[in-house]
Amino acid sequence: MTQWNVILNIAKTHLVTKMKSTVTAALGVTFGIGAYITLVSFMTGLNAMLDDLILNQTPHIHLYNEIQPSEKQPVALYETFEGAFNVVHSVKPKLSQRKIHNALPILNYLKKDPEVKGATPQARAQIFYLSGSIELGGNLIGVDIMEEVRLSNFRDYIVEGSPEDLENLDNGILLGAGLADKMSLSVGDRVQISTVRGDIFPLKIVGFYQSGIAEIDNIQSYANLSTVQRILGEATNYITDINIKLFDLKKALPMSQILEKQFNITATDINTANAQFETGTDIRNLITYAVSITLLIVAGFGIYNILNMLIYEKMNDIAILKATGFSGKDVQLIFMSQAMIIGLVGGLMGLLIGFGLSVFIDRLPFDTEALPTIETFPVNFQLHFYVIGIVFALISTFIAGYLPSNKAKRIDPVRIIRGT
Amino acid sequence: MSPVLETKNINKYFRKPVDFHVLKNISFSVKKGEFASIMGKSGSGKSTLLYILSTMDTDYEGHLFLNSELVTGNSQQTLSKIRNEHIGFVFQFHYLLSEFTVLENVMLPARKLGAKTYQEIEKDAKEKLEMLNIGHLAVKRASRISGGEKQRVAIARALINNPTILMGDEPTGNLDSFNAENVFQIFKKLKEEQGLSLLVVTHDHDFAKRTDRIIEMEDGKIISHGSGTD
Repeated sequence: MTQWNVILNIAKTHLVTKMKSTVTAALGVTFGIGAYITLVSFMTGLNAMLDDLILNQTPHIHLYNEIQPSEKQPVALYETFEGAFNVVHSVKPKLSQRKIHNALPILNYLKKDPEVKGATPQARAQIFYLSGSIELGGNLIGVDIMEEVRLSNFRDYIVEGSPEDLENLDNGILLGAGLADKMSLSVGDRVQISTVRGDIFPLKIVGFYQSGIAEIDNIQSYANLSTVQRILGEATNYITDINIKLFDLKKALPMSQILEKQFNITATDINTANAQFETGTDIRNLITYAVSITLLIVAGFGIYNILNMLIYEKMNDIAILKATGFSGKDVQLIFMSQAMIIGLVGGLMGLLIGFGLSVFIDRLPFDTEALPTIETFPVNFQLHFYVIGIVFALISTFIAGYLPSNKAKRIDPVRIIRGT
Repeated sequence: MSPVLETKNINKYFRKPVDFHVLKNISFSVKKGEFASIMGKSGSGKSTLLYILSTMDTDYEGHLFLNSELVTGNSQQTLSKIRNEHIGFVFQFHYLLSEFTVLENVMLPARKLGAKTYQEIEKDAKEKLEMLNIGHLAVKRASRISGGEKQRVAIARALINNPTILMGDEPTGNLDSFNAENVFQIFKKLKEEQGLSLLVVTHDHDFAKRTDRIIEMEDGKIISHGSGTD
């Protein structure tokens, strides 16, 4: 039978009379947990921001026609050379069209699929931006702008103007921010573009687009799908890319494999396209946890030391408790509960400090040209970090308290009382 | 009258630093309401015997009975409970928990036993302190009272669970003659008024010869069981 109120009462008295040691031990845990919460919130916030930066611009599945050589070269069709060792020099890509064959039916099919959140058609064109006698090479992408806005955070990247402006103006263009700087253009101006074939079209600038990635902003602009098709002199079924957003990101890989076979087309899923970002995220998480665990181990040693010293000081008390009928287990529980109280109080303080620091970092201004939508440092507030934090604190104090308390459990009262 | 405490053929060996036969075939008993003392020279094994009787030392051969029930061979957990409930112990040094008040010290064993509510235990503890004329010390810290007072507090603590037997290991050994006399009178009063059994290890001849019975030990053997003076 365990009398918890007696045990906790004794533990409390020990902790209160040794206030300095208690506070030192608890502060160790506090700093460990506080650092963990701050680190993990900030790191995952950064991760999420970087992922957003890249991944939100990447469709879950991207369908397009790859320009590539035929796997089966014509020579293989000759019966005469069958079984011979054929060497083909200067292999050229197979002549095929840039556009996706049967794009409109595919689009309709995808839109009916219950797992697909949306599918947007795009027409990519190689163009030149004309500024006086200077020609700047670049891309013009024809999009269904309102669908893009619905499916991705495209709107965030439009730094001036709005998607509706583009939707409403047939020959409008959302110019890359880098290009606008280079050519000293502002919203409302006209920019002349030239296709590869040499046709020149004037387009009216309805807004600027800034993704934060300079290489894109310096070459890429957006226009309506029909505008690009007209510039290229193609029909309305001229679609070079289809971007698919799914409800469940995990289904991207199997679905891309099915689509590839079904439509005889190249399909890239998001994970394959961005494998390196996953790696970066993993490594940053690893660093966060390594640092936090190190801090907690240090805090654990602090608790271990203080409890050890306390037990040496309290040898007489332990003997007298055992002589008056407290069992070894009761004595162990007294010291264990001291460790756990230190862990709990230190841990909760750590959560508070971690939360405070996270809020502080979250308010710090973080102005960068590259990221137009970010104004402060990104911090990820998530309940499960706090749950992990307090569990961490309790586990480490449990281990740190267990060893000394086990020693206290085994102390032989006769030896202490007789003074041998 | 049935014995409250009985031993049969207790043998004990010290194995460190050398093999040594400390207790040799100890068999004796203490009757209910008896005030017995154990005397002997240093090293005669009297304290060792007392710690076996107190159930704290379990490394021995033979049998120990408390209230005619076999105690030997029980688990540490059970022995703790037996100590808590049936045995009161008073040491040469006072061994109070210095961070607690006198009242809390006295209450601890009863709170461990958990048979009564906090209020009842508090009332009991105050009664015990009053009985030993130290009621006014209740709220003081255990570290702030004198040696004689500490020993009386230790006695009050030993009595809080109304034990079957009170054991003392030189309870007056560290006290001046005034306080030693005081403690003796308390023991005598407990025996006479409450019929408590007492077993006290002592060096003090004057103390021992006023008890009911003197058990004399020498070289690990009982050389005289003594005879009851009443």
